[in-house]
Amino acid sequence: MELKDKLISSFIAFENNGNVDLDSAVHAIRTKAIQNFEAEGFPSKKDEEWKYTNLKSLLRQDYSLFNKGENNVDYNTIKPYIISDIDSYNLIFIDGVFNSFLSETTHDESDICVLSAALSKPKYNILIDNYFNTVAADKNSLSALNTAFTNEGAYINIPKNTIVSKPIQILNFSTGSEKNVLIQPRNLIMVGENSHVQIIERHQNLSKNHTFTNAVTEIFVNKRAIVDYYKIQNDTDNSSLIDSTFVQQKQHSVASVSTFSFGGKLTRNNLEFQHEGEHITSNLNGISILNKNQHVDSHTLVEHKFPNCESHELYKGIYADTSTGVFNGKVIVRQAAQKTNAFQQNNNILMNDGATINAKPQLEIFADDVKCSHGCTIGQLDESALFYMQSRGIPKKEAKALLLYAFGNDVIEKIKIPQLKTIITGLIADKLGVNLGFDL
Amino acid sequence: MSKYTEDDLKKELETQEYEYGFYTDIEADKFPVGLNEDIVIAISKKKNEPQWMTDWRLDAFRIWKNMEEPDWANVNYTKPDFDALSYYSAPIQKKQLDSLDEVDPELLKTFEKLGISIGEQKRLSNVAMDIVIDSVSVATTFKKTLAEKGILFMPISEAIQEHPELVRKYMGSVVPKTDNFYAALNSAVFSDGSFCYIPKGVTCPMELSTYFRINEGGTGQFERTLVIADEGSFVSYLEGCTAPSRDENQLHAAVVELIAMDNAEIKYSTVQNWYPGNKEGVGGVYNFVTKRGICHNHAKISWTQVETGSAVTWKYPSCILKGDYSVGEFYSIAVTNNYQQADTGTKMIHLGKNTRSTIISKGISAGHSHNSYRGLVKVAKNASNARNFTQCDSLLMGDLCGAHTFPYIENKSASSQIEHEATTSKIGEDQLFYCNQRGIDTEKAIALIVNGFSKEVLNKLPMEFAVEAQKLLEISLEGSVG
Repeated sequence: MELKDKLISSFIAFENNGNVDLDSAVHAIRTKAIQNFEAEGFPSKKDEEWKYTNLKSLLRQDYSLFNKGENNVDYNTIKPYIISDIDSYNLIFIDGVFNSFLSETTHDESDICVLSAALSKPKYNILIDNYFNTVAADKNSLSALNTAFTNEGAYINIPKNTIVSKPIQILNFSTGSEKNVLIQPRNLIMVGENSHVQIIERHQNLSKNHTFTNAVTEIFVNKRAIVDYYKIQNDTDNSSLIDSTFVQQKQHSVASVSTFSFGGKLTRNNLEFQHEGEHITSNLNGISILNKNQHVDSHTLVEHKFPNCESHELYKGIYADTSTGVFNGKVIVRQAAQKTNAFQQNNNILMNDGATINAKPQLEIFADDVKCSHGCTIGQLDESALFYMQSRGIPKKEAKALLLYAFGNDVIEKIKIPQLKTIITGLIADKLGVNLGFDL
Repeated sequence: MSKYTEDDLKKELETQEYEYGFYTDIEADKFPVGLNEDIVIAISKKKNEPQWMTDWRLDAFRIWKNMEEPDWANVNYTKPDFDALSYYSAPIQKKQLDSLDEVDPELLKTFEKLGISIGEQKRLSNVAMDIVIDSVSVATTFKKTLAEKGILFMPISEAIQEHPELVRKYMGSVVPKTDNFYAALNSAVFSDGSFCYIPKGVTCPMELSTYFRINEGGTGQFERTLVIADEGSFVSYLEGCTAPSRDENQLHAAVVELIAMDNAEIKYSTVQNWYPGNKEGVGGVYNFVTKRGICHNHAKISWTQVETGSAVTWKYPSCILKGDYSVGEFYSIAVTNNYQQADTGTKMIHLGKNTRSTIISKGISAGHSHNSYRGLVKVAKNASNARNFTQCDSLLMGDLCGAHTFPYIENKSASSQIEHEATTSKIGEDQLFYCNQRGIDTEKAIALIVNGFSKEVLNKLPMEFAVEAQKLLEISLEGSVG
């Protein structure tokens, strides 16, 4: 049976066994979402948005859709994937199920807990009704699929005037001991006026079986709030990730999403920013370093609807072997959005023939008093710089790595958590196969 | 002197009338409306074509029947009803003409209105011309001078008769019948166009030029241009287009194929000024054109276009850089005003080694118009050391128009170097202020800025054409270009 049919036919069973009241709004949202998914199906290469990413091989496999019980994983197994030298709130999900033993949640200053509880408990009803699936609705068939099977994920609600004392880590592990697994985490993050929060998100496959993750995150940034969101994508070669993130911002808020893609077989990032007020700043940063047969597709959309907003987008890519990188950045400036500053930059390096980069930096502008630009380059390392370093006794491999590190440094410098910066630097060094010989 | 502001300029732009919107009453031989195999055969018969050509057309027609009209471009329009068009319209000529003096005086008047006085041109300028009215080539000048050099420059219908081997070999080799909806349609029903062959090692001594004009109402114009530059030759080719003002939308679907053999160079310049429709966006020409060139080793193709007319433009002059060390260039100014829509750009396909391409695209939008740049830069795996530079700038005048960029970059070669940059802005108040402060009044300042904005492309036009292009920019943006 095809994956699509299998998903649709299992929907009723999922709803009946679920923890959500069948009379609730959530049930209605899910039912509508599965109908949307049924109508649209998985995207194919004919779809302009999926021109360069083919899901066929991914969909051909058989996946276990629902995890029966709680799979036990001990702390030592997951320790390498947690940033352990900082004090943080941790939300740890094993095969899509929350693991309370390994996690650290809170209800004191803010609600940092799980979505399944929020969906089922009446006291959260008002927030769920007002926020859940509002910015993610009707976006694409994959986020509709996630909505239909929404069950678990992070639920973060930061009240007004709160600076969350430590970063929040959201980690999704899959054990898939018997079979390939499909997991669909759903995160809902609401940040109140004048508040500040830093979040780190990571997906990790612990088994040899294939994991297909279809994640959706909705982030609401209220007036003057600041959100820093980091995504670490360094999964195994038998993992695929479709990650959709939708950010809605109110006036004077600042939201930054940084994506670090180093691993996984196929990764697709959909990142969308919607503006609901003036003087908003949106930052989109990304580094992709790929080798072997990896594929990363970064799709971003910033829609400027109000005057005096800014967006800054910076994506860097380094591609080796037969890997493929896709960058599709779209900036729309609506007629009302005068005095918009929108900048977009995408730089790529291909290490050898056979690696591919497909870039499509788009601008759609309907307002005249704006400053918008985009730049896109594809090139190689500077031969003379390489020669200079070699002539000073730095081996070629290290010299190359240093230059590549420097190439990505613009993005790394934007990381605001020092420990995370160290970890990312380490991951880059690993990926380039060298010891950079310095710490940050 | 009264103060001239950007608003005044905008007003002028909106009210500017189309200068070439006259209709010449020439008796025309026009086919009944509709399209079927009989019409295709009839066109072929009319042209007295050999059997292979008729078959080729029929084949194209069958392909076209199974195709769907594309709708991916960023333009909105009522799709033409292909059964309501007449596919052949020719000014009736009484007899075969021996010289220009015998051309219908009404026609000559048309040319004079267009500013192309053939007689005068013969004496003064150094441009050989092929003039295509509605669908048929009516006059070709300088044929003799060119023949001395061995250059063939004639209507394509004549070339089919006289040089079938060349036409048969190259027609459809760059733009195959199956290429796209409009190319297939054109292949089936094209009635005339220009054919040009430059022999080995010859530098064409003068600019070759084709002037297209749609005259008759309710017709579609489908012309086909084929330019072959043999090894080591050089040619500069110009193309100009106008049409009368009509309330209906006229269809223009041309195909241009360029072939640059080893070490050859083709420079192809277009000044497109089809009727853009009136202020409310009624009428105007649909300009759906397929233009493509192929470069062999060390060859160069350079496209330059000034697009000011047409209600809807859908046009991507492209280069296939097949040979090693080949060069492709694309310089474009697209001006849209009122309700015009343009979706234009280029494709640079790098296949050979050490190939280079440059894309400079300038879009100016005013009124309610929308101007899109859509381009593809593709570097194949074996196209080592490919180099591309792309720059697309947009200038917006008024807050009701739009400027869009859809660049596609596909690269599989590690030694390639590709740069793309795009900016969008309006005429900056600071720029105007700077000029004012130095004693340049606002009108001149706007002229200066727009001129400077377009200069990179205007400079690429051949001398003879640059004057006309300047004039056209003046018409489209009167008061801003001096």
